Amino acid sequence: MLTMYLMQVNKMNKESYMNLTRGIIKENPTFVMLLGMCPTLGVTTSASNGLGMGLATLFVLVFSNFAISLVKNLIPTMVRIPAYIVIIASIVTVLEMLMAAYLPQIHSALGIFIPLIVVNCIILGRAEAFASKHGIRQSILDGIGMGIGFTIGLTSLGIVREILGNGSVFGYSFVTENYDPMLLFIMPPGAFLALAGLIVLFNKLRGEK
Amino acid sequence: MSYLLIFISAIFVNNIILSQFLGICPFFGVSKKISTAAGMGFAVMFVMTLSTIVTFLIYYTFLQPYNLIFMMTVTFILVIATLVQMVEIILKKVSPALYQALGIFLPLITTNCAVLGIAILTIQKNYNLLAGVCYALASATGFTLAIVIFAGIRERLAYTNVPKVLQGTPIALISAGLLSMAFMGFAGIGN
Repeated sequence: MLTMYLMQVNKMNKESYMNLTRGIIKENPTFVMLLGMCPTLGVTTSASNGLGMGLATLFVLVFSNFAISLVKNLIPTMVRIPAYIVIIASIVTVLEMLMAAYLPQIHSALGIFIPLIVVNCIILGRAEAFASKHGIRQSILDGIGMGIGFTIGLTSLGIVREILGNGSVFGYSFVTENYDPMLLFIMPPGAFLALAGLIVLFNKLRGEK
Repeated sequence: MSYLLIFISAIFVNNIILSQFLGICPFFGVSKKISTAAGMGFAVMFVMTLSTIVTFLIYYTFLQPYNLIFMMTVTFILVIATLVQMVEIILKKVSPALYQALGIFLPLITTNCAVLGIAILTIQKNYNLLAGVCYALASATGFTLAIVIFAGIRERLAYTNVPKVLQGTPIALISAGLLSMAFMGFAGIGN
């Protein structure tokens, strides 16, 4: 009896663990699934912008997964996508107001990409593929995992672009004044090139495991 | 004159994909063939112009007078989703040929961030209705231009011998980076 119970708990923990880690490596939204590319390329001119955007998306992802798994049985299948979009848009609006009030600097740096979290494919994708089929706890874990994966992706892209393009990390400069950084990496083409390099690196690391 | 400037700036200098990073998903998703890329481009052009007009009117007749500006994101995305659905139904009935050509792209457009992005940017830039329409049309033209050029590059890429590590997404990203660099040459026009 006790062993059966323990096995049950073990199985549940294993499932939770899988749901939590899936988004970080195996289905990393930035490097593997290539979801949410607009903010990935658009805001990662510095490490702190990437981190800010990643955390903002994490916030929306956790709350939208929670809310959608909560009401999934009340929404008729025919109108589920518009209903999900309204839920997500409301959460994004709350986030936008909170950021404008408490983090005005990051809010203005991320600009148009905050309201555009609504149309980020990751959020609707996880709502449709995961939260609408699973329970509340697992959906929250999935949201946290995916959010962390996205944050890691954006922050590392931001770090690479900031080092190459500005000679600094998180605003702390480590080069002398007469050093000429490769400005290209802060400009739009650099986003594509840096992401290409990171994907190659990620695939290499993942393949060797 | 300023309308011409809006056009040139939105198509070349601040290209919506290559320098503003809006609408990247369809840019990589449906750019394997020139014909599908062009179809997507025209569908976006149609929906973007229409949705900018509708969201503009809603913003200035309802949201602003009644202090509901904070509802902008929710309202706009609902309007766009409804509009796309409506366009799909009308096209199916009125012009089956056009529906055949654009039909499969229409549902994808709802989650195309370029459409919502341009609707919000039109408001943020304080354009009037005519300038807003110009801006939307020009941005969509820039989108079509970029995606068609990119599809052309990818059609050629399919026959080249790419190093194994770069195959798939990385080489597509590098090509997009080079294309973006080429468009940087337009920077400075209009200043």
